[in-house]
Amino acid sequence: MSNTYKVPTMAEMAANGQSPEVLFWVGCAGSFDDRYKAVTEAFVKILNKVGVSFAVLGTEEACTGDPARRAGNEFLFQMQAVSNIQVLNGYEIKKIVTACPHCFNTIKNEYPALGGNYEVIHHSTFLQQLINEGKVVLKGGGEFKGKKITYHDSCYLGRANNIYEAPREVLQALDAELVEMKRCKTKGLCCGAGGAQMFKEPENGKKDINIERAEEALATGADTIAVACPFCMTMMSDGVKNKNREHDVKVMDLAELIAKSEGL
Amino acid sequence: MSLLPQIAFLAVFAVAGFLLSKRIGHLRRSIMLGKSVERNDQPSERWKTMLLVAFGQQKMFKRLIPAFLHLLIYVGFLVINLEVLEFVIDGVFGTHRIFAPLLGDFYTVAMNIFEFLAFAVLFSCVAFLIRRNVMKVERFTKPEMKGWPALDANLILVIEIILMFAILTMNATDQILAARGDEHYIQLGSLFFSSMLMPLFEGMSNGTLVFIERFAWWFHIVGILAFAVYVTYSKHLHIFLAFPNTWYSNLKPKGEIQNMPEVTNEVNMMLGIQTDAAANPPAEIGRFGAKDVNDLSWINIMNAFSCTECGRCTAECPANITGKKLSPRKIMMDTRDRAEEVAKSIASGGPGLEDGKSLLGDYITKEEINACTSCNACVEACPVNIDPLAIILQMRRYVSMEESAAPAQWNSMFQNMETSFSPWKFAPSDRFNWAEKIKQEEIK
Repeated sequence: MSNTYKVPTMAEMAANGQSPEVLFWVGCAGSFDDRYKAVTEAFVKILNKVGVSFAVLGTEEACTGDPARRAGNEFLFQMQAVSNIQVLNGYEIKKIVTACPHCFNTIKNEYPALGGNYEVIHHSTFLQQLINEGKVVLKGGGEFKGKKITYHDSCYLGRANNIYEAPREVLQALDAELVEMKRCKTKGLCCGAGGAQMFKEPENGKKDINIERAEEALATGADTIAVACPFCMTMMSDGVKNKNREHDVKVMDLAELIAKSEGL
Repeated sequence: MSLLPQIAFLAVFAVAGFLLSKRIGHLRRSIMLGKSVERNDQPSERWKTMLLVAFGQQKMFKRLIPAFLHLLIYVGFLVINLEVLEFVIDGVFGTHRIFAPLLGDFYTVAMNIFEFLAFAVLFSCVAFLIRRNVMKVERFTKPEMKGWPALDANLILVIEIILMFAILTMNATDQILAARGDEHYIQLGSLFFSSMLMPLFEGMSNGTLVFIERFAWWFHIVGILAFAVYVTYSKHLHIFLAFPNTWYSNLKPKGEIQNMPEVTNEVNMMLGIQTDAAANPPAEIGRFGAKDVNDLSWINIMNAFSCTECGRCTAECPANITGKKLSPRKIMMDTRDRAEEVAKSIASGGPGLEDGKSLLGDYITKEEINACTSCNACVEACPVNIDPLAIILQMRRYVSMEESAAPAQWNSMFQNMETSFSPWKFAPSDRFNWAEKIKQEEIK
């Protein structure tokens, strides 16, 4: 049998009496969005390569409810949340990693009030830990050496949860030149998709928020705009396209950058 | 010596005290229109936050020039109020510069410090007037600042300038009189800033000088008392409310939205989950979310009264920056205006909340709250930890759950989530399809 990537589900693991070290919460964008599926794959490749014991919920996963809660529909949010918590608690999940800051924030901060208590980490922090522990070793002088990368802070990582450094440390490990936008870290400008804006047209105004942000990112002269959130990914990619720069500026997730520089 | 000035002084104090206590009562009732919530956990963290953010002005220093100018006014306010203590004692007992003989040379040093601060306050206020009216800094010229808010801001600066001039004028005339040997006045060491004003008064007779000196003294003390009353009508309330407001800061991660336990009971019942709470449902479930000020918490309303309309929130708001109607500052100003309107109406036997108006609809529109990305830039920017986002989200809850009037695209998203457990319309059974390809791929 050939050695292919493994994506075990919790159901399979539980049937074999096993329990993984960490549950990878894929999220709706990671499962369904064509662009973000590539991020899910990149992260799974890294997990396989490093030999992390992980599992996913597969079809047992459902939306965390984040957009419903932020759009004001508390009933729908709690229906989603309570059902998810039943599944997670049923499998006695202790630790969760996710590549979506919205899932991360909701499960980490909002599920405890509904009976879901887990150690939740975002994949940027997880990747930083793997690098620090020497489990992911990036050879200097790789693909990104000398290239300019700018990092767009996700609001739900940054201001919402004070995670500013982990994604930047991951990027620094690539040996690239990290250039900051004028509005970064605590002052980072939203991509325009948070608070359920992803799912509706913006209100009338003079500009779309993602265009404003894409202009700022392009002004750094970076070849790559690094993101760590599926919604930021969509918004920044659309913004770059709107400026007709998609041929020379790539919007990529941290996991993709690591996987790429590892040749995965 | 006549007792008249002392009686007048006490009368002025009594009137100011009476007016102030009435106004404080009104403010208290306005804030207490909000629902009661407990936020007394982690007291040591709360004291620390108050010391750093309010007392230490920590968040002001995100913008250095206004932070420095504001610091001068703030320190001036704190320190010059020490001098007011002497004013009060002199006023009550008919003395003059009662601390001068007690403190000796140090009194001159203290006076020079006060004068320096008076000058610094003056300088800062002039700089702020220029920023507002000549440079027209963008955040001071947004639509919600038209009319009273702009006048209020300018009035505060002008009043402070006049009060500081009164101190310097008083000291200048006082020292000319002392130098001329008027026995009521005490010769101090040289006072740096007021001595520069002396040439203006040198040619005047003793009688005129005494009149100017007394006028400046009275003007300053009455001015301060009048200003204290004025502050209760003004955005300037932040000088007091910044302290409780920061003490009652939200210490949880900013991304966390407050849970609604009244919903949890129903959800558990719908899902057939037995809990203690479900066995004892609350007697009465009020309105879901917020339509009016009484649906908000008292902390939300205190936030509104603590707002000094600096507009740093609005300047950082991605919706506002890109031309949408939402302005977090306006959310706070509207909340305060509505709370005052309702409290005033109740106090005069009016209809109060039942006046046919509400915060959402008559003050804040759905277009505004729908434009929010919940990015927390406004919360992060506020120098006194005001949380406009909390109010916006409670209003969205009202619109979504009580009116079922969320934007159509959100309603579609809700439907997708109800039927396929994802905000997008995909079959739940396809959720794991992403893994098919990678499971065939060889590990490199």
